[in-house]
Amino acid sequence: MPTLFFDFARRFARNRAALVGLFLVLVVVGVAIAAPWWFPRNPLRIVGRPEIWPFMSSRYPLGTDSLGRDIAAMIAHGARTTLLIGLCASLTATIIGITVGATAAYVGGWVDELLMRLTELFQTIPNLIFVLTIVSILGQKIEYVTIAVGVVTWTPIARLTRAEFMSLRDREFVQACRAMGMGSLRIMFGEILPNALPPVIVLSSLVVAGAVLFESAVAFLGLGDPNVTSWGQLIGDGRTLIRSSWYICAVPGLAIMLTVLALNLVGDGLNDALNPKLRDR
Amino acid sequence: MIMGSKAGPAPILSIENLQVSLFTRRGVLPAVDGLSLTVSAGETLAIVGESGCGKSLTALAIMRLLPNPPAKIVGGAVRFMGRDLAALSEREMQRVRGKDISMIFQDPMTSLNPVVAVGDQLIEAIRRHTDVSRHEARDRAIELLRQVRIPDAERRFNDYPHQMSGGMSQRVMIAMAIACGPKLLIADEPTTALDVTIQAQIIELMKELQSSSDMGLIIITHDLGVVAEVADRVAVMYAGRKVEEAPVEALFERPLHRYTRGLLGATPSAQRRRGSRLVEITGNVPALSDLPQGCAFQNRCPDVLDRCRAERPQLAPLLPHRSAACFAAEKELSRDAATIGA
Repeated sequence: MPTLFFDFARRFARNRAALVGLFLVLVVVGVAIAAPWWFPRNPLRIVGRPEIWPFMSSRYPLGTDSLGRDIAAMIAHGARTTLLIGLCASLTATIIGITVGATAAYVGGWVDELLMRLTELFQTIPNLIFVLTIVSILGQKIEYVTIAVGVVTWTPIARLTRAEFMSLRDREFVQACRAMGMGSLRIMFGEILPNALPPVIVLSSLVVAGAVLFESAVAFLGLGDPNVTSWGQLIGDGRTLIRSSWYICAVPGLAIMLTVLALNLVGDGLNDALNPKLRDR
Repeated sequence: MIMGSKAGPAPILSIENLQVSLFTRRGVLPAVDGLSLTVSAGETLAIVGESGCGKSLTALAIMRLLPNPPAKIVGGAVRFMGRDLAALSEREMQRVRGKDISMIFQDPMTSLNPVVAVGDQLIEAIRRHTDVSRHEARDRAIELLRQVRIPDAERRFNDYPHQMSGGMSQRVMIAMAIACGPKLLIADEPTTALDVTIQAQIIELMKELQSSSDMGLIIITHDLGVVAEVADRVAVMYAGRKVEEAPVEALFERPLHRYTRGLLGATPSAQRRRGSRLVEITGNVPALSDLPQGCAFQNRCPDVLDRCRAERPQLAPLLPHRSAACFAAEKELSRDAATIGA
């Protein structure tokens, strides 16, 4: 197992861009973890004069917004929200996607037909509108945003898992497992899934980036959880002042951009590390 | 220990009139048609025939692992130790598979899960059907690896399948198959994917394991060398039917069915005179979708009679302990009897 891990790490590290991405992700994760110690007070609290520009005050390095809230504190606490929603939504999407894809491919027949039509149905609904609909029905809470994002992003994972399972399902080792007396669930999740997982992991890592964008969009439109700081919400609040105090939008915008970029780079790196065959194109 | 018993005790497996059909777009094809077989404890039955004659489907039908669709058992019974396997629920069948009946597949390199260490796969096979702790299972697994002659078993335990050779992998497969002490082992072309020296070792190993455990063995092959090496009894299949069954020496001594004769004629052997040509069987196996009326072998048979084209020969006990479905052989034997009688 250690050799396998080193192999993985070596292949990942060969992709320089992925290392940069990993570094940025780690910075964001670090900020998110450190936020409660760094800014112990509620970040939504008004702390000073409104519209202090960044780098003007040593107390508020990233300035204050139109209400006089500390942007640095909001960015740090927003990182928690963003990452949490991104990871949980991706996890939700992966679980739904793997379950649907694996069942469709392994059972086949009309079950496959039904599940794939369902997948296509979900794919035809415009994603953002679907998220907004779910959030407005369920309510503006962080859990519901997570579920909503998960529910719209599972389709590519389901299709990928299905394709992987289809090629693995008829392999002799699966037959050998059945000849050993294993049941279907055990074979699907214990034997086939580990073989199908590498490309699914890559896709899931990219779904995290997508989920961050969705979350920001929801918050920007004012449908996010009003009690929790979020980058998208900050942009939304600042958009009325975009001509005078554009930094209120720009700072969280930059944070979103860098995070999404970093997650995508990490995804590429994972792809190189987990699918060495694809690399030598 | 019963050595090569021809008329042993009650058979552990008896297949009666098994019918497997393939439901395809071109219609329902009889892939296995009225097959009856028995295997006793400690006995080795070889099923011989060329590709597509229904050998593997028979094996999968016993295990109830037929790919459905298109294949399905449409008739007959598979009785294992008195129980009809066809009547068991899927859950009950799972308890039979790997415990009472095990199976080894053709290509060992693809029969092991590539992402799981072989030792863990072996532990899984053991714990599937026996209630032992992981630790005990590990000891047992290492012992099994030794039993199938894997050198340095403890170190090999953590290897992944891609780190093993074909012969090694097949040994692991055999270890997994015998892990729970099955009463019957079905080996579907166990040596086809291996090179010749390894083949001999694997055959040797299987014979040895069988003699020490008294399990029944069904070996499916198209290699008559393997048959001569291990089998007690041979069933020859052609186009989904059993055309001849005989004890192994008798079959090699005097094949009755013209197809068996053709198979033996097409096999090289050390006794054969140097420079003599191998005789091939002309033509191809007829497609299941257009089997001729009468004997399926008629268009390739050197001794074809008018009768062979009109009616299908039934399996008949032509000599003690053996049967064949061939009018030409019947005629020949009755002529022999007449000459001896005269």
